[in-house]
This record gives sequence, structure tokens and C-alpha cells, in this order.
Amino acid sequence: MMSNENQSWPLWEVFIRSKQGLDHKHAGSLHAADAQMAMENARDVYTRRMEGVSIWVVESKHIHASNPDEAASLYDPANDKAYRHPTFYDLPDEVKHM
Amino acid sequence: MNNISLTNYTLHLADNALIMGHRNSEWCGHGPVLEQDIALSNIALDHIGQARNFYQYAASLQNNGSTEDSLAFLRDAIDFKNCLLVELPNGDWAQTVLRLFFFSTYQYYLYQQLQNSKDPQLAAIAEKSLKEVTYHLRWSSEWVIRLGDGTGESKQRMLDALENTWSFTGEMFEACDYETEAALAGIGVDLIKVRNEWDEKIASVLFEATLPIHEDVWMQTGGKKGIHTEHLGFILAEMQFLQRAYPGAEW
Repeated sequence: MMSNENQSWPLWEVFIRSKQGLDHKHAGSLHAADAQMAMENARDVYTRRMEGVSIWVVESKHIHASNPDEAASLYDPANDKAYRHPTFYDLPDEVKHM
Repeated sequence: MNNISLTNYTLHLADNALIMGHRNSEWCGHGPVLEQDIALSNIALDHIGQARNFYQYAASLQNNGSTEDSLAFLRDAIDFKNCLLVELPNGDWAQTVLRLFFFSTYQYYLYQQLQNSKDPQLAAIAEKSLKEVTYHLRWSSEWVIRLGDGTGESKQRMLDALENTWSFTGEMFEACDYETEAALAGIGVDLIKVRNEWDEKIASVLFEATLPIHEDVWMQTGGKKGIHTEHLGFILAEMQFLQRAYPGAEW
């Protein structure tokens, strides 16, 4: 029964914001019949130990991921372009948290 | 209000929470899907946490060496003051979520009033527990709607669950002596008000779930006075076995 249920309920990805001001981070995935159930399941599965103050859920099928086989062409070219890092500027003291 | 009545009233609140928690904990490892297994286990732990708070207070009222553990593990069925509703077997998932919906709605309106109790300890426990119960009510009512307004089979299961459970709902609102005393002393709650709010909430959720409202039927009663169904004895046999067989065992 368990595997049948899991096959019929779509997979959702869960993003949790741990406290005010921080980004939502991917926490994991779960099965649920719809968005409302996914939200509650996320609350029950991923915030039991005070992990979160905000939850996003999105059906996994709506996430489009880059292809690992293309990693070399996508990411390696940035490797030797140090001039893209903003490390050549002197920051005034008034600017914090950069 | 005398100390014995206040103790009994506190034990009644504790026993309701403990037995409900125990029943829901029976689903741990057996839920229909992993996520719901965790959800119901969380809810069971909330109930047992509430029971602990009430038992600790009852033990301090008794002041005779009793503890939260002795109250939970060393009393017999006739001393338990929980409503019959919470000791009913879980049945299938439909019956489990419907019973939890009935009970959570009751706890929700009861704790809302109990927050204003003249007894500061009961008021504090009610306020703390209300956040949990608000979620229990949301979770269970959504399942009632999902199954009632779902497939032919899920609807039939909800109809069967209603049939099996409804006649155990009336007892929650039938005040026994310690509840009447507590209400008069400003410590307990007005059960008529709880009943009216309960009726309204139940009607609106059952309507959304396309399930019928049961008219007045003869209601089972007795649990609050220690007269229980045969099911409570089996719950206690399992729950209390270890402390009975190995008194004082810790781990």
C-alpha cells in the first residue's frame, strides 16, 4: 500500500528559511497529494526541531536542473577570470556586511 | 473549590490527553505514508506533553508522594477520567482522523476558555497547548474534508467512521460533578459554550466534506466517572506493563 500511495502522490521539493533575514534553503523532498498537504507535510517533517520560520514547496517536476555532463563547459571557463571578483576595490568603512 | 475536586478535574484533562496520545502513537511506524506517519506521531507527542503538564500539577495538588509517572502508570481503569471517545480503537485512517477532529475541536474551544481560568497553572498549560491544538484541528479537519469529498471508497470509510464514533461525542459536553464545581469556581469552563462552538465547527467541516450531520442520538457516557469501555483495560495493560512488572524501572 505504501509504495502504491507514494507512486500516486507527486514529489515536492521543500525550502526552509531558518530565521528572519536568511534565504530559503533546500531542505529535502516529500510526497503529497497537493500544495496544501505538501506544506503541512513539510512542517511536520522538516521543522520539528525549530528549523524554520518560513516554508516554500514546489512540485519537483517544475524544477529544471542543469546537466552534470555539461559542467565543464558551463562552469570551468569562469575559473581563470579573477577580474570578475570585486576584490580590487577599497571599500569605505561605512559599507558593512559586504 | 476543594482540593480533591480540583485534582480530579486536572486528572480528567490529563487522562484525555494521555489516552488520545497513546492511541495516536499506535500509528507510529504504520502510517499510510511516511510523511503522515511523522505528522501523527508529532501530534501524539504533543498530547503526551500536555498530559505530563497536567499530571505534574495534579501530583503537586495531591502532595502525597505521587508523581506524573505514578499517575500515568499505576492507576487502574476505574481511576481514569478520560472520555470514552479517546479510548476507542483507531480503526482505519478515516476513523482515526475523524476522532482526532472531534477531539481537537473540543480541546480547541475548551483550552480557549481555560486560558482565562482563575487557576494560573491550568491557564498557563491551556495557553501553551492551544498552539499545538490549533494545528491538530487544522490537520485533522483537512483530512476529514479530503476523504469525505474524495473517492467513493474514502467517502464510505468516513461514513462508517461517523457511524462508529458519533454516539461517543456527547459525553464531552455532559458536565460531571468536578467539572460543574470547577466551572462555578471560575476555574473550569462553560461546557454549553464549548458545545455550541463545537457544533458550529463540526457542521461547517462536515458540510465541506459533503458528509451528513448526525441528528441527536443516544449518547454513550461514563468515562469521566471511571466507567469505561473494555478498550481502556487493553490500553493500560500495554502502557503500564513495564512499570507494573519492573516497578521503578528507568532507562
